Amino acid sequence: METPDRDVIEVRGLNHWFGIGDARKQALYDLNFAIEAGSFTVLMGPSGSGKTTVLTLLGCLRGVQDGSVRLLGEQLNGARETTLMTLRRHLGFIFQAHNLHESLTALQNVIMGIQVHGDVSDELAHTAATHVLKLVGLADRINYLPANLSGGQKQRVAVARALVGNPALVLADEPTAALDGDSASEVVDLLKRLGSTRGTTTLLVTHDNRILERADRILVLEDGRIVSDTAPQ
Amino acid sequence: MSRLLQRLFGRLPIGWLQLTHNRTRFAAAIAGVAFANVLVFVQLGIMNSMAVATLRPYEFFRADIIISAADANAIADGGNVARQWMLQALANPDVIEGMGLFVANVPWDRGQTDISLTTFGIDPFKQDFISPKITADLNLLQVNDAAILDRLARGITRDEAVAIRPQTPLSFETDGRTIKAYNTFSGGGGFGGDGYMLVSDQTFLSLFPARSSAAPDHILLRTRPGTSVDEVSEHLRGQISDSSLRIRSYADAMAEDLRYQQTRRPTGVIFGFGVFIGILVGLIIIYQVLSTDVADHLREYATFKAMGYGSRFFLGIVFEEALVLGVFGFIPGLIVGTTILTVMAKVTTLPLSMTLAMAASVFVGTIAVSSLSGAIATRRVAAADPADLF
Ligand SMILES: Nc1ncnc2c1ncn2[C@@H]1O[C@H](COP(=O)(O)OP(=O)(O)OP(=O)(O)O)[C@@H](O)[C@H]1O
Ligand SMILES: [Mg+2]
Repeated sequence: METPDRDVIEVRGLNHWFGIGDARKQALYDLNFAIEAGSFTVLMGPSGSGKTTVLTLLGCLRGVQDGSVRLLGEQLNGARETTLMTLRRHLGFIFQAHNLHESLTALQNVIMGIQVHGDVSDELAHTAATHVLKLVGLADRINYLPANLSGGQKQRVAVARALVGNPALVLADEPTAALDGDSASEVVDLLKRLGSTRGTTTLLVTHDNRILERADRILVLEDGRIVSDTAPQ
Repeated sequence: MSRLLQRLFGRLPIGWLQLTHNRTRFAAAIAGVAFANVLVFVQLGIMNSMAVATLRPYEFFRADIIISAADANAIADGGNVARQWMLQALANPDVIEGMGLFVANVPWDRGQTDISLTTFGIDPFKQDFISPKITADLNLLQVNDAAILDRLARGITRDEAVAIRPQTPLSFETDGRTIKAYNTFSGGGGFGGDGYMLVSDQTFLSLFPARSSAAPDHILLRTRPGTSVDEVSEHLRGQISDSSLRIRSYADAMAEDLRYQQTRRPTGVIFGFGVFIGILVGLIIIYQVLSTDVADHLREYATFKAMGYGSRFFLGIVFEEALVLGVFGFIPGLIVGTTILTVMAKVTTLPLSMTLAMAASVFVGTIAVSSLSGAIATRRVAAADPADLF
């Protein structure tokens, strides 16, 4: 067993339900797992198995109903909204859709990822955002609006936005689903490479088999239960 | 602009960037706010000119107390007041002088335009009751059928007015009598008449034979210097047994009559309602723009929520947008409003103009209305749920 402080996430006896009354339906059943700091974990499973539900719970986007979730040492079950909001600032989210702000340039979108910390000067935010955009290979696109970027480029901006604040944990839900093969592996490479140099923990949901080889660990969900937990060599 | 706002807010001016992203919509929104501003400016301009027009005739005279009939709601609108009350008032040691004031409209057929002059009959020997702004020699009025004419009256040209001198009077017919204007003063057309004219009480009575010298329309009183006008008025109310009369200080009469014009007369109420409609239109337009904008960006807002931005941040964006719309709508609104009032003043010769007080209060009002719309629109931000993003 890992020591608790090495674990970014520790989940014990997690159940989750959707709906109320007769429509109430259990989506997650007694989940137990921990995720080690700096690891690159892939979460797989068929459609409807509960992957997104797990991410939204770990990402403080949904309240924990039953069981215990410790994130960065904080218990999420029963935590107040302000605590959850503050915790979210230590996370990086990458969604299936890039979710960039259409009115902001690539640079401004990335700056939003830093500015949430409040105490950063304009100059520093600008420098850091430019630097990360260079790392994701968009040095020549920093002042473009999302409308003028390709799908792969937009998703790379989203990666830059998620990573620029040096998050402890990156949660990504099928970030490559909307991309063609080349762009997809580029984005995953970036996540893996930038994550390991910064010591970021990554939890990534995917159906994409090519990503599996890059994983430190693969969790498989089926019907709301973890059915397999492996570490490929 | 973007940089300025960034300095101001200490963050990216997202509201500004969001609003200006869609130029057409931004232009339409500003035009809408400007329109609401123009609406309010025109209504306020008219209300303001009503105030100016109502108070203007008061400024021809100097008095401390005015005694009027119960139904006289302006100095230009009278009702018989028995002269005996003036004598009774003069018995009060604090009242030093009194004058009966007659008022009626005199028609003047000017060929293509018929004008109507609000005519005051005064005692030409009581110079003290006439405002120093009227510089013409009142002795001129001692001649029968002599008048001092409003040089700004509608239908009188500048050239005609300039030509009026004691040596070269302007004569005109009214109801079979010939009036001779020997000099001029500055009045102006209003809502109840096209201009003013001063004549002696004797001339007035010969113009209106049905009127009696024993019953003028108002009684003007001057009090001994150093006495409290309000106290003297109070005393007079006790002394004068006709309780239907209104005995007011001159200042109170001006204020009350103005209030009456603006709140009791249908025209005043209509224009007041117009201001209300303008404010409502502005509120609805800004709210509509802001709430559509919030609805269009719910995904982005949800993303920001997921990233850890709190409600203060979203309130900030919406208020930023409200302020931008308010300020950017006010500027063209002010320009168009001023132009319209200037043109209307030319056409109607009503005292319509943009005043600093109007511009300032409409600006403050616009900002208040924008903020209110913003406050209502922010409720929609709550609909952005980051859990829906994955
Ligand atoms: N907001 C919701 N309201 C009601 N039921 C929901 C909601 N979100 C998810 N569910 C249900 O919970 C179960 C798990 O859904 P979830 O979205 O976590 O699956 P998933 O593994 O992410 O699927 P996919 O691969 O299709 O994205 C499904 O049965 C789904 O219908
Ligand atoms: Mg899913």
